[in-house]
Amino acid sequence: MSFVSVTSVSKYYGSRPILEHVNLEVSEGEFISLVGASGCGKSTFLRMLLDQERPTGGSITVDGRPLTGEPSQSRGIVFQRYSVFPHMSVRDNIIAASAFQTTYGWLRGAAKSQARRDADTALERIGLSHVADQYPAALSGGMQQRLAIAQAMAAKPRVLLLDEPFGALDPGTRLSMHAFLSDLRDETGMTVFMVTHDLEEGFKLGDRVLVFDKPRWDPQDPEAFGATITYDFDARDGGIPYQRLTEETHVLEPH
Amino acid sequence: MRWINRKPSRAATVVLMTLPFVAVFIAYALGSEARLAVNPQDKLLPAPSAIAETAIRLVTTPDKRSGDILFWRDTFASLQRLGLGVGISALIGLLAGLAIGLLPYVRATFSGFVSVMSMVPPLAILPILFIVFGLGEVSKVALVVIGITPFLIRDLSQRVLEIPQELFVKAQTLGASSLVISLRVALPLVMPRLIQAVRLSLGPAWLFLIASEAIASQDGLGYRIFLVRRYLAMDVILTYVIWITLLAFLLDLALRSLSRKLFPWAGEDGL
Repeated sequence: MSFVSVTSVSKYYGSRPILEHVNLEVSEGEFISLVGASGCGKSTFLRMLLDQERPTGGSITVDGRPLTGEPSQSRGIVFQRYSVFPHMSVRDNIIAASAFQTTYGWLRGAAKSQARRDADTALERIGLSHVADQYPAALSGGMQQRLAIAQAMAAKPRVLLLDEPFGALDPGTRLSMHAFLSDLRDETGMTVFMVTHDLEEGFKLGDRVLVFDKPRWDPQDPEAFGATITYDFDARDGGIPYQRLTEETHVLEPH
Repeated sequence: MRWINRKPSRAATVVLMTLPFVAVFIAYALGSEARLAVNPQDKLLPAPSAIAETAIRLVTTPDKRSGDILFWRDTFASLQRLGLGVGISALIGLLAGLAIGLLPYVRATFSGFVSVMSMVPPLAILPILFIVFGLGEVSKVALVVIGITPFLIRDLSQRVLEIPQELFVKAQTLGASSLVISLRVALPLVMPRLIQAVRLSLGPAWLFLIASEAIASQDGLGYRIFLVRRYLAMDVILTYVIWITLLAFLLDLALRSLSRKLFPWAGEDGL
Protein backbone atom coordinates (compact mmCIF):
# COMPACT_ATOMS: atom_id res chain seq x y z
CA MET A 1 0.00 0.00 0.00
CA SER A 2 1.45 3.33 -0.98
CA PHE A 3 1.82 6.12 1.53
CA VAL A 4 0.15 8.95 -0.33
CA SER A 5 -2.55 7.87 -2.72
CA VAL A 6 -4.34 10.22 -5.11
CA THR A 7 -7.26 8.73 -7.03
CA SER A 8 -8.88 10.48 -10.03
CA VAL A 9 -8.75 13.86 -8.34
CA SER A 10 -10.21 16.87 -10.11
CA LYS A 11 -10.47 20.50 -9.06
CA TYR A 12 -12.79 23.12 -10.52
CA TYR A 13 -12.95 26.80 -9.70
CA GLY A 14 -16.57 27.47 -10.57
CA SER A 15 -17.05 25.75 -13.92
CA ARG A 16 -13.41 26.18 -14.86
CA PRO A 17 -11.37 22.97 -14.60
CA ILE A 18 -7.91 23.34 -13.08
CA LEU A 19 -7.00 19.70 -12.57
CA GLU A 20 -8.63 16.61 -14.04
CA HIS A 21 -8.00 12.88 -13.66
CA VAL A 22 -4.97 13.16 -11.41
CA ASN A 23 -3.77 9.77 -10.19
CA LEU A 24 -0.65 9.30 -8.12
CA GLU A 25 0.88 6.73 -5.82
CA VAL A 26 3.78 7.77 -3.63
CA SER A 27 5.73 5.52 -1.27
CA GLU A 28 6.90 6.72 2.11
CA GLY A 29 10.22 8.56 1.97
CA GLU A 30 10.01 9.59 -1.68
CA PHE A 31 10.97 13.12 -2.76
CA ILE A 32 8.52 14.31 -5.40
CA SER A 33 9.22 17.41 -7.48
CA LEU A 34 6.21 19.03 -9.12
CA VAL A 35 6.97 21.12 -12.19
CA GLY A 36 4.90 22.75 -14.89
CA ALA A 37 4.00 26.07 -16.45
CA SER A 38 2.46 28.85 -14.36
CA GLY A 39 -1.21 28.30 -13.70
CA CYS A 40 -1.08 24.58 -14.49
CA GLY A 41 -2.43 23.66 -11.08
CA LYS A 42 0.65 22.31 -9.35
CA SER A 43 0.29 24.71 -6.43
CA THR A 44 -3.42 23.88 -6.30
CA PHE A 45 -2.45 20.22 -6.10
CA LEU A 46 -0.08 21.00 -3.23
CA ARG A 47 -2.80 22.91 -1.40
CA MET A 48 -5.08 19.90 -1.78
CA LEU A 49 -2.39 17.67 -0.28
CA LEU A 50 -2.17 20.20 2.54
CA ASP A 51 -5.96 20.06 2.83
CA GLN A 52 -6.18 23.83 2.56
CA GLU A 53 -8.42 23.18 -0.44
CA ARG A 54 -10.63 20.20 -1.11
CA PRO A 55 -10.76 18.39 -4.44
CA THR A 56 -13.98 18.74 -6.43
CA GLY A 57 -13.88 15.03 -7.19
CA GLY A 58 -11.76 12.00 -6.33
CA SER A 59 -9.96 11.23 -3.13
CA ILE A 60 -6.61 11.70 -1.46
CA THR A 61 -5.41 9.43 1.32
CA VAL A 62 -2.29 9.75 3.42
CA ASP A 63 -1.17 6.59 5.19
CA GLY A 64 -4.48 4.95 4.26
CA ARG A 65 -6.61 7.66 5.89
CA PRO A 66 -8.59 10.25 3.94
CA LEU A 67 -7.82 13.91 4.63
CA THR A 68 -9.81 15.54 7.40
CA GLY A 69 -10.79 18.82 5.73
CA GLU A 70 -8.25 21.14 7.33
CA PRO A 71 -4.46 21.42 7.59
CA SER A 72 -3.00 19.32 10.37
CA GLN A 73 0.22 18.41 12.03
CA SER A 74 0.83 15.39 9.79
CA ARG A 75 1.71 17.65 6.87
CA GLY A 76 4.21 20.47 7.26
CA ILE A 77 4.37 23.37 4.83
CA VAL A 78 6.94 25.91 3.72
CA PHE A 79 5.71 28.72 1.49
CA GLN A 80 7.76 31.02 -0.68
CA ARG A 81 6.87 33.95 1.61
CA TYR A 82 5.16 34.50 4.97
CA SER A 83 6.31 31.15 6.29
CA VAL A 84 7.55 32.27 9.69
CA PHE A 85 5.78 34.35 12.31
CA PRO A 86 7.08 37.92 12.08
CA HIS A 87 6.14 38.76 15.67
CA MET A 88 8.16 35.96 17.26
CA SER A 89 11.90 35.77 17.69
CA VAL A 90 13.77 33.15 15.70
CA ARG A 91 13.91 30.86 18.75
CA ASP A 92 10.22 31.34 19.54
CA ASN A 93 9.38 30.43 15.96
CA ILE A 94 10.90 26.99 16.55
CA ILE A 95 9.39 26.67 20.04
CA ALA A 96 5.99 27.47 18.49
CA ALA A 97 6.02 23.99 16.94
CA SER A 98 5.57 22.49 20.39
CA ALA A 99 3.92 25.45 22.18
CA PHE A 100 1.06 25.69 19.68
CA GLN A 101 -0.12 22.21 20.59
CA THR A 102 -1.01 23.25 24.13
CA THR A 103 -4.42 24.62 25.11
CA TYR A 104 -3.44 28.30 25.20
CA GLY A 105 -0.32 28.16 23.07
CA TRP A 106 2.21 28.75 25.86
CA LEU A 107 4.59 26.33 27.51
CA ARG A 108 5.40 26.46 31.21
CA GLY A 109 8.04 25.11 33.55
CA ALA A 110 10.02 22.05 32.53
CA ALA A 111 8.34 21.74 29.14
CA LYS A 112 9.35 25.33 28.41
CA SER A 113 13.03 24.86 29.19
CA GLN A 114 13.04 21.54 27.35
CA ALA A 115 11.51 23.18 24.25
CA ARG A 116 14.06 25.96 24.55
CA ARG A 117 16.94 23.49 24.60
CA ASP A 118 15.50 21.58 21.64
CA ALA A 119 15.04 24.83 19.74
CA ASP A 120 18.63 25.86 20.44
CA THR A 121 19.85 22.49 19.19
CA ALA A 122 17.78 22.88 16.03
CA LEU A 123 19.08 26.43 15.52
CA GLU A 124 22.64 25.23 16.05
CA ARG A 125 22.11 22.64 13.30
CA ILE A 126 20.76 25.12 10.77
CA GLY A 127 23.39 27.70 11.68
CA LEU A 128 21.02 30.32 13.08
CA SER A 129 21.98 30.23 16.76
CA HIS A 130 23.69 33.62 16.50
CA VAL A 131 20.37 35.27 15.59
CA ALA A 132 18.17 33.28 17.99
CA ASP A 133 16.85 36.40 19.75
CA GLN A 134 16.25 38.47 16.64
CA TYR A 135 13.05 38.85 14.70
CA PRO A 136 12.75 37.16 11.28
CA ALA A 137 12.65 40.55 9.53
CA ALA A 138 16.35 40.95 10.41
CA LEU A 139 17.22 37.72 8.58
CA SER A 140 18.17 37.28 4.94
CA GLY A 141 15.83 35.41 2.60
CA GLY A 142 17.86 32.20 2.80
CA MET A 143 18.01 32.30 6.58
CA GLN A 144 14.25 32.87 6.76
CA GLN A 145 13.59 29.84 4.57
CA ARG A 146 15.99 27.72 6.62
CA LEU A 147 14.10 28.81 9.71
CA ALA A 148 10.78 28.02 8.01
CA ILE A 149 11.96 24.51 7.10
CA ALA A 150 13.34 23.91 10.59
CA GLN A 151 10.06 25.14 12.09
CA ALA A 152 8.02 22.82 9.88
CA MET A 153 10.33 19.91 10.77
CA ALA A 154 10.11 20.66 14.49
CA ALA A 155 6.45 19.61 14.40
CA LYS A 156 7.63 16.21 13.07
CA PRO A 157 5.27 15.94 10.09
CA ARG A 158 4.99 12.73 8.05
CA VAL A 159 4.89 14.71 4.82
CA LEU A 160 6.71 17.95 4.08
CA LEU A 161 5.17 20.21 1.44
CA LEU A 162 7.29 22.92 -0.14
CA ASP A 163 5.68 25.59 -2.33
CA GLU A 164 8.48 27.13 -4.37
CA PRO A 165 10.56 27.42 -1.21
CA PHE A 166 13.65 28.76 -2.94
CA GLY A 167 11.91 30.83 -5.62
CA ALA A 168 12.87 34.16 -4.09
CA LEU A 169 16.49 33.29 -3.30
CA ASP A 170 19.64 34.16 -5.21
CA PRO A 171 21.44 31.29 -7.02
CA GLY A 172 24.24 30.91 -4.44
CA THR A 173 21.87 30.74 -1.48
CA ARG A 174 19.72 28.35 -3.46
CA LEU A 175 22.61 25.89 -3.83
CA SER A 176 23.36 25.90 -0.12
CA MET A 177 19.66 25.44 0.58
CA HIS A 178 19.64 22.39 -1.72
CA ALA A 179 22.47 20.87 0.30
CA PHE A 180 20.67 21.72 3.53
CA LEU A 181 17.42 20.13 2.35
CA SER A 182 19.19 17.00 1.04
CA ASP A 183 20.99 16.48 4.33
CA LEU A 184 17.79 16.99 6.29
CA ARG A 185 15.96 14.52 4.13
CA ASP A 186 18.68 11.86 4.34
CA GLU A 187 18.48 12.20 8.10
CA THR A 188 14.72 12.01 8.53
CA GLY A 189 13.67 10.03 5.45
CA MET A 190 10.40 11.87 5.24
CA THR A 191 8.14 12.17 2.24
CA VAL A 192 8.56 15.49 0.47
CA PHE A 193 6.51 17.24 -2.21
CA MET A 194 8.16 20.29 -3.72
CA VAL A 195 6.64 22.67 -6.25
CA THR A 196 9.33 24.39 -8.27
CA HIS A 197 9.78 26.41 -11.44
CA ASP A 198 13.38 25.30 -11.73
CA LEU A 199 13.64 22.03 -13.66
CA GLU A 200 17.26 21.55 -12.68
CA GLU A 201 16.35 21.93 -9.03
CA GLY A 202 13.49 19.48 -9.47
CA PHE A 203 15.70 16.79 -10.97
CA LYS A 204 18.58 17.44 -8.58
CA LEU A 205 16.55 17.04 -5.41
CA GLY A 206 13.68 14.79 -6.44
CA ASP A 207 13.38 11.02 -6.73
CA ARG A 208 10.54 11.58 -9.14
CA VAL A 209 9.68 14.62 -11.21
CA LEU A 210 6.00 15.03 -12.03
CA VAL A 211 5.08 17.33 -14.89
CA PHE A 212 1.69 19.03 -14.79
CA ASP A 213 0.29 20.00 -18.16
CA LYS A 214 -2.93 20.06 -20.13
CA PRO A 215 -3.23 16.90 -22.22
CA ARG A 216 -5.84 18.53 -24.42
CA TRP A 217 -5.81 22.10 -25.61
CA ASP A 218 -8.63 23.93 -27.32
CA PRO A 219 -7.21 27.01 -29.08
CA GLN A 220 -10.67 28.61 -29.14
CA ASP A 221 -11.17 28.04 -25.43
CA PRO A 222 -7.85 27.57 -23.62
CA GLU A 223 -9.61 27.07 -20.30
CA ALA A 224 -11.86 24.27 -21.49
CA PHE A 225 -9.65 21.48 -20.15
CA GLY A 226 -7.78 21.02 -16.90
CA ALA A 227 -4.23 19.87 -16.34
CA THR A 228 -3.06 16.50 -15.11
CA ILE A 229 0.21 14.71 -14.52
CA THR A 230 1.56 14.17 -18.03
CA TYR A 231 5.02 12.82 -17.21
CA ASP A 232 6.40 10.96 -14.24
CA PHE A 233 10.19 10.90 -14.53
CA ASP A 234 12.49 8.73 -12.48
CA ALA A 235 14.99 11.33 -11.33
CA ARG A 236 17.17 9.04 -9.22
CA ASP A 237 20.69 8.18 -10.32
CA GLY A 238 21.21 11.52 -11.96
CA GLY A 239 18.08 11.19 -14.03
CA ILE A 240 19.29 8.05 -15.85
CA PRO A 241 16.49 5.49 -15.60
CA TYR A 242 16.70 1.71 -15.44
CA GLN A 243 19.74 1.71 -13.17
CA ARG A 244 18.10 -0.48 -10.55
CA LEU A 245 16.88 -4.01 -10.65
CA THR A 246 13.26 -4.03 -9.58
CA GLU A 247 12.51 -7.71 -10.06
CA GLU A 248 14.19 -11.00 -9.20
CA THR A 249 16.51 -11.85 -12.13
CA HIS A 250 18.81 -14.36 -10.44
CA VAL A 251 21.63 -12.77 -12.37
CA LEU A 252 24.84 -11.32 -10.91
CA GLU A 253 23.61 -11.83 -7.38
CA PRO A 254 26.39 -12.26 -4.89
CA HIS A 255 25.70 -15.22 -2.63
CA MET B 1 17.21 69.05 -10.39
CA ARG B 2 13.56 68.04 -10.11
CA TRP B 3 11.60 69.31 -7.15
CA ILE B 4 10.67 65.76 -6.12
CA ASN B 5 14.39 65.04 -5.64
CA ARG B 6 15.28 68.14 -3.64
CA LYS B 7 15.40 67.44 0.06
CA PRO B 8 15.89 69.94 2.88
CA SER B 9 18.86 69.46 5.17
CA ARG B 10 18.35 68.51 8.81
CA ALA B 11 18.59 72.09 10.01
CA ALA B 12 16.33 73.32 7.23
CA THR B 13 13.76 70.65 8.17
CA VAL B 14 13.59 71.99 11.72
CA VAL B 15 13.24 75.56 10.50
CA LEU B 16 10.55 74.59 7.96
CA MET B 17 8.69 72.61 10.59
CA THR B 18 8.47 75.58 12.97
CA LEU B 19 7.64 78.01 10.19
CA PRO B 20 3.84 77.46 10.02
CA PHE B 21 3.57 77.69 13.82
CA VAL B 22 5.51 80.97 13.87
CA ALA B 23 3.47 82.28 10.93
CA VAL B 24 0.16 81.57 12.70
CA PHE B 25 1.45 83.18 15.89
CA ILE B 26 2.64 86.31 14.05
CA ALA B 27 -0.63 86.59 12.13
CA TYR B 28 -2.58 86.32 15.37
CA ALA B 29 -0.33 88.84 17.17
CA LEU B 30 -0.68 91.35 14.32
CA GLY B 31 -4.43 90.92 14.16
CA SER B 32 -4.74 91.25 17.92
CA GLU B 33 -2.56 94.37 17.98
CA ALA B 34 -4.56 96.00 15.18
CA ARG B 35 -7.86 95.38 16.98
CA LEU B 36 -6.54 96.45 20.39
CA ALA B 37 -5.15 99.67 18.83
CA VAL B 38 -8.65 100.60 17.73
CA ASN B 39 -10.43 99.42 20.88
CA PRO B 40 -8.38 98.57 23.99
CA GLN B 41 -11.48 96.81 25.44
CA ASP B 42 -11.64 94.35 22.53
CA LYS B 43 -12.28 90.78 23.75
CA LEU B 44 -12.17 88.88 20.47
CA LEU B 45 -8.42 88.67 19.94
CA PRO B 46 -6.71 89.13 23.32
CA ALA B 47 -2.99 89.89 23.19
CA PRO B 48 -0.68 86.86 23.48
CA SER B 49 0.66 88.33 26.72
CA ALA B 50 -2.89 88.49 28.11
CA ILE B 51 -3.47 84.85 27.17
CA ALA B 52 -0.23 83.87 28.88
CA GLU B 53 -1.30 85.75 32.02
CA THR B 54 -4.69 84.04 31.96
CA ALA B 55 -3.04 80.66 31.44
CA ILE B 56 -0.81 81.14 34.47
CA ARG B 57 -3.78 82.29 36.56
CA LEU B 58 -5.84 79.27 35.39
CA VAL B 59 -3.23 76.66 36.24
CA THR B 60 -2.22 78.15 39.61
CA THR B 61 -5.16 79.98 41.21
CA PRO B 62 -7.69 77.86 43.10
CA ASP B 63 -11.38 78.46 42.65
CA LYS B 64 -12.78 80.67 45.43
CA ARG B 65 -15.84 78.53 46.05
CA SER B 66 -14.49 75.00 45.87
CA GLY B 67 -10.81 75.56 46.57
CA ASP B 68 -9.84 73.38 43.59
CA ILE B 69 -7.81 74.59 40.69
CA LEU B 70 -10.53 74.24 38.06
CA PHE B 71 -8.09 73.84 35.18
CA TRP B 72 -6.64 70.63 36.61
CA ARG B 73 -10.02 69.36 37.75
CA ASP B 74 -11.38 69.85 34.22
CA THR B 75 -8.35 68.17 32.73
CA PHE B 76 -8.61 65.22 35.09
CA ALA B 77 -12.34 64.79 34.50
CA SER B 78 -12.02 64.96 30.73
CA LEU B 79 -9.03 62.63 30.54
CA GLN B 80 -10.80 60.14 32.76
CA ARG B 81 -13.85 60.11 30.50
CA LEU B 82 -11.71 59.96 27.39
CA GLY B 83 -9.52 57.18 28.80
CA LEU B 84 -12.50 55.12 29.91
CA GLY B 85 -14.32 55.60 26.62
CA VAL B 86 -11.33 54.87 24.41
CA GLY B 87 -10.22 51.97 26.62
CA ILE B 88 -13.63 50.29 26.54
CA SER B 89 -13.89 50.88 22.79
CA ALA B 90 -10.43 49.46 22.16
CA LEU B 91 -11.25 46.34 24.15
CA ILE B 92 -14.59 45.81 22.38
CA GLY B 93 -13.00 46.63 19.03
CA LEU B 94 -10.18 44.17 19.58
CA LEU B 95 -12.37 41.28 20.72
CA ALA B 96 -15.08 41.84 18.12
CA GLY B 97 -12.53 42.52 15.39
CA LEU B 98 -10.72 39.27 16.15
CA ALA B 99 -13.94 37.28 16.25
CA ILE B 100 -15.27 38.78 13.00
CA GLY B 101 -11.93 38.50 11.25
CA LEU B 102 -11.18 34.94 12.33
CA LEU B 103 -14.51 33.12 12.49
CA PRO B 104 -16.58 32.94 9.29
CA TYR B 105 -19.77 32.26 11.28
CA VAL B 106 -19.34 35.41 13.39
CA ARG B 107 -18.37 37.35 10.27
CA ALA B 108 -21.49 36.22 8.41
CA THR B 109 -23.63 37.24 11.38
CA PHE B 110 -22.16 40.58 12.40
CA SER B 111 -20.15 42.22 9.63
CA GLY B 112 -23.24 43.61 7.90
CA PHE B 113 -24.72 44.67 11.22
CA VAL B 114 -21.57 46.53 12.25
CA SER B 115 -21.40 48.28 8.85
CA VAL B 116 -24.95 49.55 9.24
CA MET B 117 -24.46 50.49 12.91
CA SER B 118 -21.38 52.51 12.08
CA MET B 119 -23.57 54.72 9.88
CA VAL B 120 -25.69 55.87 12.85
CA PRO B 121 -24.54 59.41 13.63
CA PRO B 122 -23.48 59.21 17.30
CA LEU B 123 -24.38 62.82 18.10
CA ALA B 124 -27.91 62.20 16.89
CA ILE B 125 -28.42 59.59 19.60
CA LEU B 126 -26.82 61.70 22.33
CA PRO B 127 -30.29 62.75 23.60
CA ILE B 128 -31.21 59.07 23.89
CA LEU B 129 -28.09 58.50 25.97
CA PHE B 130 -28.97 61.40 28.25
CA ILE B 131 -32.49 60.02 28.65
CA VAL B 132 -31.33 56.45 29.29
CA PHE B 133 -28.18 57.02 31.32
CA GLY B 134 -29.00 60.39 32.85
CA LEU B 135 -26.72 63.39 32.72
CA GLY B 136 -23.88 61.77 34.66
CA GLU B 137 -20.58 60.27 33.63
CA VAL B 138 -22.05 57.17 31.98
CA SER B 139 -23.70 58.97 29.10
CA LYS B 140 -20.50 60.89 28.25
CA VAL B 141 -18.36 57.78 28.26
CA ALA B 142 -21.08 55.97 26.34
CA LEU B 143 -21.07 58.62 23.62
CA VAL B 144 -17.32 58.22 23.13
CA VAL B 145 -17.72 54.42 23.06
CA ILE B 146 -20.63 54.51 20.62
CA GLY B 147 -18.83 57.06 18.50
CA ILE B 148 -15.59 55.19 17.90
CA THR B 149 -16.29 51.50 18.53
CA PRO B 150 -17.85 50.73 15.12
CA PHE B 151 -14.81 52.22 13.41
CA LEU B 152 -12.45 50.19 15.60
CA ILE B 153 -14.35 46.95 15.00
CA ARG B 154 -14.42 47.46 11.26
CA ASP B 155 -10.79 48.48 11.08
CA LEU B 156 -9.52 45.62 13.22
CA SER B 157 -11.59 42.91 11.56
CA GLN B 158 -10.21 44.18 8.25
CA ARG B 159 -6.67 44.01 9.65
CA VAL B 160 -7.22 40.43 10.80
CA LEU B 161 -8.44 39.54 7.32
CA GLU B 162 -5.32 41.14 5.87
CA ILE B 163 -3.00 38.82 7.82
CA PRO B 164 -1.48 36.51 5.19
CA GLN B 165 -3.42 33.23 5.04
CA GLU B 166 -0.08 31.43 4.95
CA LEU B 167 0.48 32.25 8.62
CA PHE B 168 -2.83 30.70 9.66
CA VAL B 169 -2.17 27.61 7.54
CA LYS B 170 1.31 27.34 9.02
CA ALA B 171 -0.05 27.57 12.55
CA GLN B 172 -2.54 24.80 11.77
CA THR B 173 0.23 22.54 10.48
CA LEU B 174 1.98 23.12 13.80
CA GLY B 175 -1.10 21.78 15.54
CA ALA B 176 -2.62 25.05 16.78
CA SER B 177 -6.31 25.15 17.73
CA SER B 178 -8.56 28.10 16.87
CA LEU B 179 -7.95 29.50 20.35
CA VAL B 180 -4.18 29.22 20.04
CA ILE B 181 -4.27 30.78 16.57
CA SER B 182 -6.23 33.75 17.89
CA LEU B 183 -4.07 34.15 21.01
CA ARG B 184 -0.64 33.56 19.54
CA VAL B 185 -0.95 34.57 15.89
CA ALA B 186 -3.86 36.94 15.23
CA LEU B 187 -3.83 38.86 18.53
CA PRO B 188 -0.14 39.84 18.56
CA LEU B 189 -0.23 40.61 14.84
CA VAL B 190 -3.13 43.07 15.17
CA MET B 191 -1.94 44.74 18.39
CA PRO B 192 0.15 47.36 16.53
CA ARG B 193 -2.86 47.92 14.29
CA LEU B 194 -5.04 48.41 17.34
CA ILE B 195 -2.76 51.16 18.61
CA GLN B 196 -2.75 52.69 15.15
CA ALA B 197 -6.55 52.57 14.99
CA VAL B 198 -6.85 54.06 18.49
CA ARG B 199 -4.54 56.89 17.44
CA LEU B 200 -6.76 57.60 14.44
CA SER B 201 -9.91 57.51 16.55
CA LEU B 202 -8.57 59.90 19.22
CA GLY B 203 -9.67 62.88 17.12
CA PRO B 204 -13.32 61.75 16.93
CA ALA B 205 -13.13 60.68 20.60
CA TRP B 206 -12.23 64.25 21.65
CA LEU B 207 -15.01 65.56 19.43
CA PHE B 208 -17.64 63.38 21.08
CA LEU B 209 -16.27 64.09 24.55
CA ILE B 210 -16.35 67.86 24.15
CA ALA B 211 -19.78 67.71 22.55
CA SER B 212 -21.23 65.76 25.45
CA GLU B 213 -19.50 67.96 28.03
CA ALA B 214 -20.77 71.07 26.29
CA ILE B 215 -24.35 69.96 26.59
CA ALA B 216 -24.56 68.66 30.15
CA SER B 217 -21.74 68.58 32.64
CA GLN B 218 -20.34 70.14 35.80
CA ASP B 219 -16.70 70.00 34.88
CA GLY B 220 -14.46 69.03 31.99
CA LEU B 221 -12.49 70.89 29.38
CA GLY B 222 -15.39 71.08 26.94
CA TYR B 223 -17.76 72.23 29.68
CA ARG B 224 -15.43 75.08 30.68
CA ILE B 225 -15.01 76.29 27.11
CA PHE B 226 -18.72 76.42 26.53
CA LEU B 227 -19.30 78.01 29.94
CA VAL B 228 -16.91 80.93 29.50
CA ARG B 229 -18.17 81.49 25.97
CA ARG B 230 -21.02 83.43 27.64
CA TYR B 231 -18.52 86.01 28.92
CA LEU B 232 -16.64 86.15 25.62
CA ALA B 233 -13.58 85.04 27.59
CA MET B 234 -11.45 84.34 24.57
CA ASP B 235 -8.29 84.20 26.67
CA VAL B 236 -9.69 81.26 28.67
CA ILE B 237 -11.09 79.53 25.59
CA LEU B 238 -7.80 79.82 23.72
CA THR B 239 -5.83 78.54 26.70
CA TYR B 240 -8.10 75.50 26.88
CA VAL B 241 -7.97 74.92 23.13
CA ILE B 242 -4.18 75.02 23.13
CA TRP B 243 -4.13 72.70 26.14
CA ILE B 244 -6.49 70.19 24.48
CA THR B 245 -4.41 70.26 21.31
CA LEU B 246 -1.26 69.67 23.34
CA LEU B 247 -2.90 66.79 25.25
CA ALA B 248 -4.08 65.16 22.03
CA PHE B 249 -0.64 65.54 20.51
CA LEU B 250 1.08 64.06 23.57
CA LEU B 251 -1.37 61.13 23.69
CA ASP B 252 -0.66 60.41 20.04
CA LEU B 253 3.07 60.62 20.63
CA ALA B 254 2.84 58.34 23.67
CA LEU B 255 0.84 55.72 21.76
CA ARG B 256 3.30 55.82 18.89
CA SER B 257 6.33 55.29 21.07
CA LEU B 258 4.46 52.62 23.04
CA SER B 259 3.80 50.76 19.80
CA ARG B 260 7.44 51.05 18.79
CA LYS B 261 8.60 49.82 22.14
CA LEU B 262 6.17 46.91 22.50
CA PHE B 263 6.19 45.73 18.90
CA PRO B 264 9.66 46.29 17.49
CA TRP B 265 9.00 43.63 14.84
CA ALA B 266 6.15 45.62 13.30
CA GLY B 267 8.47 48.05 11.48
CA GLU B 268 7.30 51.31 9.98
CA ASP B 269 3.89 50.05 8.91
CA GLY B 270 3.03 49.32 12.52
CA LEU B 271 3.27 52.98 13.47
